[in-house]
Amino acid sequence: MDKVQVLPMTQAKAKPVRRNQRPWSERIIEGLIKAGGMSGIIFVVGILIFILRESAGFLFGKFDFMEFFASGNWVPASVEKIEYGTLALLAGTMSVTIVSMVIAVPVGLACAFYISEFCPPRLRETYKILIEFLAAIPSVVWGFIAIVIINPLLIDVFQIPSGLNIMNAAIILALMSLPLIVSIGEDALRAVPESYREAAEAMGATKWEIATRVLLPAAKNGLMAAALLGVGRALGETMAVLMATGHSIRFPTSVFDPVRTLTATIAAELGEAPKGGDHYQSLFAIGLYLFILSFVINILADRLVRGKRLK
Amino acid sequence: MFAANQRLIDKTKKEERFKAALSTLTVGIFLPALIIVGWLFVKGAPALSWDFLLQDPIRGMTAGGIFPTIIGTMWLVTICVLISAPLGILAAIYLSEYAPDNLSTRIIRLCILNLAGVPSIVHALFGLGAFVLFLRMGTSILAASCTLAVMNLPVIITSTLESLQAVPRSFREASWNVGASKLQTIRHIVLPNSIPGILTGMVFAVSRAAGETAAILFTGVAFYLPFLPVNVFEQCMSLSMHLFTISTQVVGVPEAYPYATALVLIMMVLIVNSISVAMRWYFRSRRKW
Repeated sequence: MDKVQVLPMTQAKAKPVRRNQRPWSERIIEGLIKAGGMSGIIFVVGILIFILRESAGFLFGKFDFMEFFASGNWVPASVEKIEYGTLALLAGTMSVTIVSMVIAVPVGLACAFYISEFCPPRLRETYKILIEFLAAIPSVVWGFIAIVIINPLLIDVFQIPSGLNIMNAAIILALMSLPLIVSIGEDALRAVPESYREAAEAMGATKWEIATRVLLPAAKNGLMAAALLGVGRALGETMAVLMATGHSIRFPTSVFDPVRTLTATIAAELGEAPKGGDHYQSLFAIGLYLFILSFVINILADRLVRGKRLK
Repeated sequence: MFAANQRLIDKTKKEERFKAALSTLTVGIFLPALIIVGWLFVKGAPALSWDFLLQDPIRGMTAGGIFPTIIGTMWLVTICVLISAPLGILAAIYLSEYAPDNLSTRIIRLCILNLAGVPSIVHALFGLGAFVLFLRMGTSILAASCTLAVMNLPVIITSTLESLQAVPRSFREASWNVGASKLQTIRHIVLPNSIPGILTGMVFAVSRAAGETAAILFTGVAFYLPFLPVNVFEQCMSLSMHLFTISTQVVGVPEAYPYATALVLIMMVLIVNSISVAMRWYFRSRRKW
């Protein structure tokens, strides 16, 4: 506390310390802090700008709206007719995401209920640490697990020729997004005021009744946000999906079909695409597509959480 | 006096069943995950040795060790933290102490939220476009670390913000009342009291950066390099990328080899993560308020 200025009353009246009279070092640091505060905006805008910049040649050249969004043919290296259709890739992404969420959302929210409402405190701490550890496992390790553990398991159980398919990726993604869904779902349940529970209990409601008739409606938005963020996680996952889906661009007809997702396509092809070419730029266009998808999901999730807070 | 009626008994039974079902489900989720990680330990442990950790990969990465990948990962993580920590802390200080409650602050928060949700491969594209090409860093440790830093920024901002906000407002008010300026209050009161929380978040960010693969794929990591990097303008190998390479791209790798690599990676991440958890516990027990 060396530099604290203490001014006597009289002096303070005579010479009020105005903002611009503070030492220049302080002003510089405050400027830095304000600049740092803007970094979030700068990077989000930066991502948009630089991806646009790299894909501009494609977007204003070969880009055909109908082909890009409505064609299932992604054949950037074809000799006869080069096509950049992302619909089959989107189908891959969606099928993997939907199947994984069908597994993870109900289970994750049930876990959140258990951990938030029924679990003894000591066990809750243990579960929380477990969740954190699960969340910390890198996606490339999950991809490795998909190849060496889930793959032979699926082949054995379902008698199919290859275990690298939608099901495999969905299981892995479910395991990966569970920690997120459980912890955000739990936050949503904890945010319900204790008085709600007490009021219900005073009326003789059992825990089951409290859970379904009081907590579920009260925490509805937060729980939906948890599910949405899980979707976002699954949608954007790259390495694990790249390793687990078995690389085949097509519209899936069953959960045991191999597919290719939007993210995996970028990861697999960018290294081989000649820099600055149409193929290279079209991969950036897919990146833009993904960026917008994740943006929409995040804003929706934010609105849900915020809507709850305002009420 | 109060004979339990049938309806109440049914209710209690239903409740018990509900609770049992939920607890089984929760165990049922975490058990397979634990078994899977345990399986990696069982399969990988035999191949683990000092030689494995301290030797170069040889014969087209089908034998030898993983030494350069560990060094590469350390390079990446260190530079990443050096870049993202100051930036993240500044941003968190702004949001916690300066930001007025208005539209622009709301936009900043929304942007940070979105940054956290951007797919890692999109970060890789950004890193390639901005750092590698536009800023002419080339595919280098620096470019890869910058990409990782942008990716980790929301993590650091969120955890720092949380620990800054945990400092009671009365501490700040007391400091202002003795005539300290806003910055002096931050420097002498707010930061010292929230350093533990900030460090904990930082350690967590380290564990995330160490395992990331997609974001560094095209920005600075090589499949194989015969030498160790000596400065940030060179490429490096990384543990996570190495695991991807030997489990999908290289043929003829002995089975235990990728298991051991995965084990080292997972151990590295989990140890760093445990440090973060332990720090949080330790500091929470010593908190003064």
